[in-house]
Amino acid sequence: MSGLTFTPSPGARPLSRMVRIHAAMETRLLLRNGEQVLLALVIPLLLLIGGARSGDVIDLGSGRRIDVLTPGILALAVMSTAFTSLAISTAFERRYGVLKRLGSSPLPRVGLLLGKVLSLITVIAVQLALVAVVGLGLGWRPTGGVVAGAAAALLVVLGAAAFASLGLLMAGSLRAEATLAAANLVYVVLLVAGAVLLPVSSYPDPMQPVVTLLPSGALAQGLREVASGAGLSLVHALVLAVWAALAAALTARTFRWE
Amino acid sequence: MTAAAVEVEDLVMRYGAKTAVDGLSLTVEAGSVTAILGPNGAGKTTTIETCEGYRTPQSGRVRVLGLDPVSQHRRLAPRVGVMLQAGGAWSAVRAVEMLDYVAALHQNPLPVAALAERLGLGSCGRTPYRRLSGGQQQRLGLALALVGRPDLVFLDEPTAGLDPQARRTTWSLVEDLRRDGVTVVLTTHYMDEAERLASYVYVVDHGRVLTSGTPQELTSARAQNIISFQAPAGLDTVRLTASLPPDCTVTERPPGNYQVDGLVTPQTLAAVTAWCAQVDVMPEHLSVAKPTLEDVFLDLTGRELRS
Repeated sequence: MSGLTFTPSPGARPLSRMVRIHAAMETRLLLRNGEQVLLALVIPLLLLIGGARSGDVIDLGSGRRIDVLTPGILALAVMSTAFTSLAISTAFERRYGVLKRLGSSPLPRVGLLLGKVLSLITVIAVQLALVAVVGLGLGWRPTGGVVAGAAAALLVVLGAAAFASLGLLMAGSLRAEATLAAANLVYVVLLVAGAVLLPVSSYPDPMQPVVTLLPSGALAQGLREVASGAGLSLVHALVLAVWAALAAALTARTFRWE
Repeated sequence: MTAAAVEVEDLVMRYGAKTAVDGLSLTVEAGSVTAILGPNGAGKTTTIETCEGYRTPQSGRVRVLGLDPVSQHRRLAPRVGVMLQAGGAWSAVRAVEMLDYVAALHQNPLPVAALAERLGLGSCGRTPYRRLSGGQQQRLGLALALVGRPDLVFLDEPTAGLDPQARRTTWSLVEDLRRDGVTVVLTTHYMDEAERLASYVYVVDHGRVLTSGTPQELTSARAQNIISFQAPAGLDTVRLTASLPPDCTVTERPPGNYQVDGLVTPQTLAAVTAWCAQVDVMPEHLSVAKPTLEDVFLDLTGRELRS
């Protein structure tokens, strides 16, 4: 017999502590998942290195290749974590009853959401640091100093908010398998057709406005402009903010927890 | 203190055209072990999930520890432990890691290692959830319900699919919970579980309470004993009945299994064996037994509890 006694002594930890505990858990699980690491780090870094060394096989338009490529890969890294990873992991949390179980834990829904946000911020910060370091090593020369850095950070936050809201919209309404397929498909489509690898100017003229209105296009092009010293384009920021607001509002209405 | 831990009044829950819970009322005394007993589809899970705050009552009123499980969920959640019927963990999470995580959300958790050991999870602590056996997943679910030292736990079919040894582990745990003052509400379709563990039993079917009481009250409300025996199928039960005291009836269900209900006296038993001798049939497994909850249920509904 163990001396375990069950005398009641209930109570929840403070919200901020629960949020940190949850964020640590999600981050640990993400790092343990090989496919997620592939998506978050390996693919962006391979594309960055491969793209920088591909010579003129792929036309990246005017300007130095690495200066066009690196901001796009930064945008890709944000998209892979905030959209694809988040959509897939949340869809399976729903499917496996994790969300249901947490619904009866002391962690309230707002805490769950904040925990996910904190985990996203952590992972994205690591991704961006790695991509930036590799980009710099390959000759990327961003300009604009602190002001440009702050503008880039704003774009990243807006972009992550837009992608995360879209990811949760998908995870909360589709079945887990459908989310898995669709989130990967959208990733590939935006990678190719969403101004991630190529600058907007490389697309046919009629497509350019459409590409600029995509969240990937707005984030990647916005980062390219900021890093080249052209300053923060309000259009790109606004596009991302509108995507974030629309998707968040829809998610709040449609998200099914079970 | 005898305040009710759970009060359900006239609860009605419908899914489309189907009425899952149909005017169900029940009260759980603080410190008791209360079983909700009924066949699959009786409305047990819907009732318990409404108490857990997962569903809003469509009609009627539910209070848990005096609180509304939906609108006062945040106050209630730390005080209530919930064991779901299945699932509830990330597929890659390790068993003890999951337990540590839920423990860390609570102010005063149980010692995780001791709890895991008690539930026989010590050997699979580092196993990812998806590789745990069904029984291990179930025991982890129970551990997750208990780790926060709750006032009240809801256990939804806590031993369904467990092997006999694991069932006994769970039973002894429930007995310890009662000893330490934790209120337990459990659903089950095992009548032996309800008889053994529960201080009070609600028998439900079709979303309604059919009867309730202590296990002793329920079985002794049907004062008569039952004589049962096995013999070749197709005996003439009409003639057997005719040879017994007037208020006894004989039924054959399933074929080859005979049951004598009514006022069973030593004379009744003698009459049964005399009739068998007369037709030259050996009544095998002949027994005189107190009715079980299963018999009570069968009387009330005409159907088997386990099916």
